Amino acid sequence: MVPSMKIIVAVKRVVDFNVKVRVKADQSGIELANVKMSMNPFCEIAVEEAVRLKEKGLAKEIIVVSIGPQQAQETLRTALAMGADRAILVQTDVAAEPLAVAKALKALVQKETPDLVILGKQSIDGDNNQTGQMLSALLGWGQATFASKIEKDGGKLNVTREIDGGLETLSLRLPCIVTTDLRLNEPRYASLPNIMKAKQKPLATMTPADLGVDVTPRITTLKVTEPASRKSGIKVKDVAELVAKLKTEAKVIS
Amino acid sequence: MTVLLIAEHDNTHLKPATLSAFTAAHKLGDVDILVAGQGCAAVAAAAAKIPGVKKVLLADDAAYQHFLAENLAALVTKLGANYTHILAPSTTTGKNMLPRVAALLDMQMISDVSAVISADTFVRPIYAGNAFATVQSKDKIKVMTIRTTAFDPSPAIGGTAAVENIASAGDSGLCTFVSQQLTVSVRPELTAARVIISGGRGMGSGENFKLIDAVADKLGAAVGASRAAVDAGFVPNDYQVGQTGKVVAPELYIAVGISGAIQHLAGMKDSKVIVAINKDPEAPIFQIADYGLVQDLFQALPELAKAL
Repeated sequence: MVPSMKIIVAVKRVVDFNVKVRVKADQSGIELANVKMSMNPFCEIAVEEAVRLKEKGLAKEIIVVSIGPQQAQETLRTALAMGADRAILVQTDVAAEPLAVAKALKALVQKETPDLVILGKQSIDGDNNQTGQMLSALLGWGQATFASKIEKDGGKLNVTREIDGGLETLSLRLPCIVTTDLRLNEPRYASLPNIMKAKQKPLATMTPADLGVDVTPRITTLKVTEPASRKSGIKVKDVAELVAKLKTEAKVIS
Repeated sequence: MTVLLIAEHDNTHLKPATLSAFTAAHKLGDVDILVAGQGCAAVAAAAAKIPGVKKVLLADDAAYQHFLAENLAALVTKLGANYTHILAPSTTTGKNMLPRVAALLDMQMISDVSAVISADTFVRPIYAGNAFATVQSKDKIKVMTIRTTAFDPSPAIGGTAAVENIASAGDSGLCTFVSQQLTVSVRPELTAARVIISGGRGMGSGENFKLIDAVADKLGAAVGASRAAVDAGFVPNDYQVGQTGKVVAPELYIAVGISGAIQHLAGMKDSKVIVAINKDPEAPIFQIADYGLVQDLFQALPELAKAL
């Protein structure tokens, strides 16, 4: 009889992936006022995977956690509506860096003693792709990043990962860390009854200081700028003209 | 300033990503290169030939055969404490391993550096390349992955650095390699190709990618795909060019049946010359293409293969 897992899933509130972001005129950052915010897409995949493991009878409890502002409660409620059991918000208005987030998560892991922590491979705002690996290192646990398939095999987890040349499968001892890639699953939409039910699920709030974690940034952002724009070129009328242009004008083929 | 650069390789060949990352590393100071793997002496010998390398550290051990993050990070953490900067190319291996090193050294890592301004100030893309942040690190050791398309590869030969064997840091036992399914291709790798031709949802099926293959054969090109084409199952995931796939910057990029979602553009808009073939004249890809051809791809691709 394989004991059922306790899973922590970390989620982040970010600018919705459909929003075209704008750099502030004073180059101090990205315009966030009146911009739609949502759960980071990779985090949604992480929540979905945990819920599927529970539905298969492989998990007994899913705790969803976020380090962020008060509004991240909405993100946590979304995860609860998808099927997580309870939530913890580590509330801070500081844009915590991956190392600080990993330290806060480590403290929570030590309190909650999960068998598995699932995170998104990166958030689509900072694009850092660090937190899961850092958490894994701080805990001295194994990691399987960029997961496209997870299978429980007794006390171990077999994870297929997306790597540059194709796919790779690793076997990890529990407890361990998994970060999700795009093709792991397609997250569900929460149903209205589940959204209503999620409002009754427990959501605890604490601060980084409660966990003994300093979230003061180590990195200073000096400025944020638009990428160099690429101007559109010309339309060619047919393949013959295209080939001619590539040979004589662009000189990229011979 | 002394920089430790982690070489990207497959135990046999030094990958071109290493040469691009070396260019970034060399802007910062003297560079030592770590080659960790199994049976990888040839890789160390190749790394020693890069002009400007100070020395090559070779850790040849079964623990590094599959580049497991837990084992590599333990080694790099031990070595790295003596350097001012620790760099790795922004490949899946580098991204997997380096954050562990940063955490173990208590440094806040900087991901995907696209420009080196000074010893502590760097530029990196955020929001899928829709903005670039100039950031300054106060940490004692700067731990960074390097966006290889942003730096020209250094020359591969001309140097004569010494190769020094170093001890393994052992196997963590946390994680075991089971298997890998690598895509076998006679074509160049996407991240190293001079010419890339990519197909999108408009290709309609995996079978139709043979029309792309025919053009790729003529051009000696690598074949890529948009996320839509990968999600639809037309081609394997490692074909994907884009924010969440590979970032490429070839001399010539040909986008076929690709609408031009921001996701895709983030992975290829630094290409020198961009060609778009799409039957929809309103497709956003035309806004960034140097040469646009509004035509049905099932007509254009065979014509193109014939004309080349």
